Amino acid sequence: MLYDHLVVRYGELSLKGKNRRHFESQLFETVKRKLRPYDNLKMAKLFDRIVVELNGQPFEPVIKSLQDIFGIHSISPALRTENNLEEIKKTALLALQDAMVKRGTFKVTGKRSLKSFPVNSMQLNHEIGGYLLQHTEDITVDVHNPDVNVKVEVKDTGTYISCQSFAGAGGLPIGVGGKAMLMLSGGIDSPVAGYLTMKRGVRIEGVHFHSPPFTSERAKQKVVDLTQELTRYSGGKIKLHVVPFTQIQQAIKDKIPASYSMTIMRRVMLKITERLAEENNAMAIANGENLGQVASQTMHSMYAINEVTNLPILRPVITMDKLEIMDISQRIGTYDISIRPYEDCCTIFLPSAPKTKPKREKAIRFEKKIENLAELIEEAVQSVESIFIEEGKSTENTFEDLF
Amino acid sequence: MIYLDNSATTKPYKEVLDTFVTVSEKYFANPSSLHAKGGEAEHLLTQARKSIAQLLEVAPTEIVFTSGGTEGNNIAIKGIAIQHQNRGKHLITTSVEHASSYESFQFLERQGFEISFLKVNEKGIVSLEELKKAIRPDTILVSMLHVNNETGAVQPIKGIGEILKHHPKIFFHVDDVQGVGKVPLSLRDFGIDLCTVSAHKIHGLKGTGALYVRSGVSLSALFTGGEQEYRKRAGTENVAGIASMAKALRLTLEQSTINKDKMLRVKEIFLKGLDNIGGIDINTPLDCSAPHIINFSVNGMKPEVLIHALDKQGIYVSTRSACSSKQGGASRILLEMGLGEKRASTAIRISTSYQNSEEEAKKTLKVLEEELINFKGIMR
Repeated sequence: MLYDHLVVRYGELSLKGKNRRHFESQLFETVKRKLRPYDNLKMAKLFDRIVVELNGQPFEPVIKSLQDIFGIHSISPALRTENNLEEIKKTALLALQDAMVKRGTFKVTGKRSLKSFPVNSMQLNHEIGGYLLQHTEDITVDVHNPDVNVKVEVKDTGTYISCQSFAGAGGLPIGVGGKAMLMLSGGIDSPVAGYLTMKRGVRIEGVHFHSPPFTSERAKQKVVDLTQELTRYSGGKIKLHVVPFTQIQQAIKDKIPASYSMTIMRRVMLKITERLAEENNAMAIANGENLGQVASQTMHSMYAINEVTNLPILRPVITMDKLEIMDISQRIGTYDISIRPYEDCCTIFLPSAPKTKPKREKAIRFEKKIENLAELIEEAVQSVESIFIEEGKSTENTFEDLF
Repeated sequence: MIYLDNSATTKPYKEVLDTFVTVSEKYFANPSSLHAKGGEAEHLLTQARKSIAQLLEVAPTEIVFTSGGTEGNNIAIKGIAIQHQNRGKHLITTSVEHASSYESFQFLERQGFEISFLKVNEKGIVSLEELKKAIRPDTILVSMLHVNNETGAVQPIKGIGEILKHHPKIFFHVDDVQGVGKVPLSLRDFGIDLCTVSAHKIHGLKGTGALYVRSGVSLSALFTGGEQEYRKRAGTENVAGIASMAKALRLTLEQSTINKDKMLRVKEIFLKGLDNIGGIDINTPLDCSAPHIINFSVNGMKPEVLIHALDKQGIYVSTRSACSSKQGGASRILLEMGLGEKRASTAIRISTSYQNSEEEAKKTLKVLEEELINFKGIMR
């Protein structure tokens, strides 16, 4: 176990002037929470990075956890030494030897943030590079395309030396971009939309429409499991609102011509989500809509549906191909849950031929046929079941004692 | 009782049995049933799959539950051969496989496949060079044991994986029935496409096992008739068995960190003690073997006689693989290692678990020595 520290570098953060302190503390909180399951890690916030003291913990799983967090640009396992040139040289040699087994090329990238340190960045490169060349065989310098880049960062808390860098998730730290309600059906697209929304620092709360007995307990569990997976990226917790939708769906089936039932259903869902946004102080709605994929997602359809709300609707996957969405979904771990074959409320009453070009006027007219719609909506909103889902803390029975 | 036949099977942990009973009582429904009880059983199955996948460091969708090692090897070998025969009908394995693999290959040979059985050296290890030579454009599968069930010899799986990384179209199956929980194997890093494990070798129950099938690998199912196990193995899932396997695997891996050194010390005591007794040849290769298997031949001594003599003292060892021990005669594996008919027909296998103590090893050696002295007059 060579490495004793991790250096966590921020992404776009350094650019964001005034808000910077807020951003940094949000990120630090998220990192702290993420690393809670590991024993005896210690974290410190430096000027433009976070340093994690590993205290014997192997770095690979910790880096893997950190790669879930938005706002991180890169992560490097590092060795720390005192700010003393001889020590720095020796440690750099250790790190280089670990990173390069036999032969290859390297360069040194020195960075002296601590201006009181007597050796400046240029001299650092020169001094350390020379030392490494003297003490190795078959290893040469290549400043343009090195196999190993030995980063040496001299800071007031010590010098950090690293040879490897792992990409972070990018984006902005969760919590700096307000809150959106994410419409979660259980399919492949909506969790990806949630992930991408969070990538811009937006917190999400899930909204799922549940129509027992037409949709099963398993379909609901699927959405809980999806949300659970998303907590990896959300700073550790997400609230999921399960809306009882049976009555409304039955009313739609009774009163609305089949070809418009889906359009109306989507309008009602959007209205309910808007109400939930109000109650939960969210300023936007996010969903997995994707232009031109299925009937409800033609531009005509969106035009007829979107009208019911004035909230901004975030549609992160709107322009993506199905395969692109599936790629992300596999990467973030929601794909295998999404393909579980249970019917959700979008599919149960699906007419054989939904209108692909519904007219807005007609939709409005048909909708009026459900006279008590406002009451039904209010009733649904009032009887929402809100579930708090936390990372690593399953709300469901995990049968852990059995395994 | 001193039980030293853990490569044949292990005693189930108490906790494993508890899980089996609880699940059988409380979650007996069919996971494919639509009702809530079925949902509960399905959920339990999903969680067990997740837990096992996590322990093996793979994805839950890559785990196919089976009835054990024999079935796992059969699905992997025949399933790949049948599915991909249009691409080629050449398969590579070794001459020291467990019967379940060996006979699967013999079966396929009769069906018109060509099999290269790689030879092993005197340690029972295949040569990477030989493997390279055996690979042909129509090769579709390389399959071998990780840890030999008779001798404990460990094959260079990592090196083989490296070679096969240059042949991305050849599937790589590893039979890790003896190795899991004893000799670490990184399924991902070693480029393994399929891997067989069995629960009853790790203090789980008989009739439960798993086959790792790397995501993207397609194979022809041997059992058809339902959508279970991603259509790779039809049949109502053995939920209680599977849950108990998750428990067995977790406990065994825990034991492997706690008692690894003890197991090595026990092996060391056996090796030294056997060496001291005299007239004994160690068949287990010292520098490349698993920590739990010691195979040796007692010069001029019928192994059955010795086994029964030890039986009487409450010590249980075996001649060799339980799956072929009733056939009598010389061990195919030891013959392949070139140890000669005499040594190959007088082999005894001691296989330990993390529970066996140093005292048990010493006692066994003492009894063995006494028995050998008793027999000396009679057998000569």
